[in-house]
Amino acid sequence: MSTIVVTGVGTTNPLGGNVADTWKALLAGESGISTLEHEWVAAHELPVTFAGQAKVPAADVLERQEVKRLDPSAQFALVSAREAWADAGAPDVAPERILVDYATGIGGLWTLLDGWDTLREKGPRRVLPMTIPMLMPNAAAAAVSMGLGAKGGARTVVSACASGTESIANAYEHLQLGLADIVVAGGTEAVIHPLPIAAFAAMQALSKRNDDPAKASRPYDTNRDGFVLGEGAATLILETKEHALARGAKIYAELAGGGITSDSYHITAPDPEGVGASRAVHAALKQAGAQPDDVTHINAHATSTPVGDVAEYAALHSVFGDRVKDIPVSATKASTGHLLGGTGALEALFAVLAVHERIAPPTINLDDQDEAIPLDVVTSPRKLGADPQLAISNSFGFGGHNAVVAFRSLD
Amino acid sequence: MAHTTEEVLAGLAELVTDETGIEADQVTLEKSFTDDLDIDSISMMTIVVNAEEKFDVKIPDDEVKNLTTVGEAVEFITKAQA
Repeated sequence: MSTIVVTGVGTTNPLGGNVADTWKALLAGESGISTLEHEWVAAHELPVTFAGQAKVPAADVLERQEVKRLDPSAQFALVSAREAWADAGAPDVAPERILVDYATGIGGLWTLLDGWDTLREKGPRRVLPMTIPMLMPNAAAAAVSMGLGAKGGARTVVSACASGTESIANAYEHLQLGLADIVVAGGTEAVIHPLPIAAFAAMQALSKRNDDPAKASRPYDTNRDGFVLGEGAATLILETKEHALARGAKIYAELAGGGITSDSYHITAPDPEGVGASRAVHAALKQAGAQPDDVTHINAHATSTPVGDVAEYAALHSVFGDRVKDIPVSATKASTGHLLGGTGALEALFAVLAVHERIAPPTINLDDQDEAIPLDVVTSPRKLGADPQLAISNSFGFGGHNAVVAFRSLD
Repeated sequence: MAHTTEEVLAGLAELVTDETGIEADQVTLEKSFTDDLDIDSISMMTIVVNAEEKFDVKIPDDEVKNLTTVGEAVEFITKAQA
């Protein structure tokens, strides 16, 4: 077995258009959530009027032709993948040995629905010829593959809000199997559109704190009332430690393992005992060759829904027992909102930086912690100490998907 | 409302620039869309559809393959709107 390491990171999300700005804003306790200024909010009388919009529009960064030919979800993927690739030192590797595993929860939703509007309003002749290649869920993986010249396969995981984490877990296996020298893994989403807002609101999943958007995403708080939709992407560059050292790359952390399970319980509700989630944590730790006692930091899924946060706590308690209250937990969706298929990749990135910088990022908006969730929630940046660090990042998705990845400090 | 040849050329160049990023002053009458301007079939169809809307004309799919140069497209559009 090889040691798999992270050698490059990239992101664009509601806190920032790159890793440095994002991490700085996260540690400063900023919120990326704001009121939506689009005319369609009032036009459709949406019950929720805010979201976590990308801090830097992809159109500000990409070439105009890229913007025209890519759905926003693929645009975010390309922006963050380019940053990660450059951060990894633009590795000089045979294209056939670079594999892309890039996730989305939904795919090119804007393209699909814009195309449908065009068809109904103007007829079939006006439907863009690029509609299908822009809306397909693999468009982000394809854009990253083309953007980086990666010819070792471009795969797409689709497992709702577990997608991004699952891609990173897959990257571990691709590298252990020797399928590639470098894996570009990540996740993206761009569905701040009236239809998903209406649909998520219809299922009572979204916070309706329209008068105070920055306080709306509040995992573990007694007054949490749902998640906040976010958008963006995050990317990790992964390779074996041997390969990284041979090319003189900087190393952020070890990707120690991943675990994927399914609940087979309910299409949207989490198993209340968190059995599937706890099995995913155990699976990740087993792959990491670690014990629950080795875990020093958790980036929780913690979407700020009344039911979900409690179910995750049940899972964590079943894995860690009473020691769970001594593990610093960060619920970073409080700042970023929920990026759906991109969220696992972004939170994995935060876990990587946590073990690399040895600092757990804060969870904002925790004014009155739910007594049913007695976790040690980090509310201001906390030093993690000089001991070996092992962080896990959890993601759970509609469909009963559970995915966990583990990152270990390397010194 | 009919457009002059010059207006059609300028308008078409604008559509080409918008779709492909090619500078408008490169879009001249003798240029071939595929050989000189390197415009692929999907971009060409987008330009055709946008031209139909802009100039209020119909450009049948069967006709598109005959419009190999910018000049031929300008001539077709100018006649079609007459």
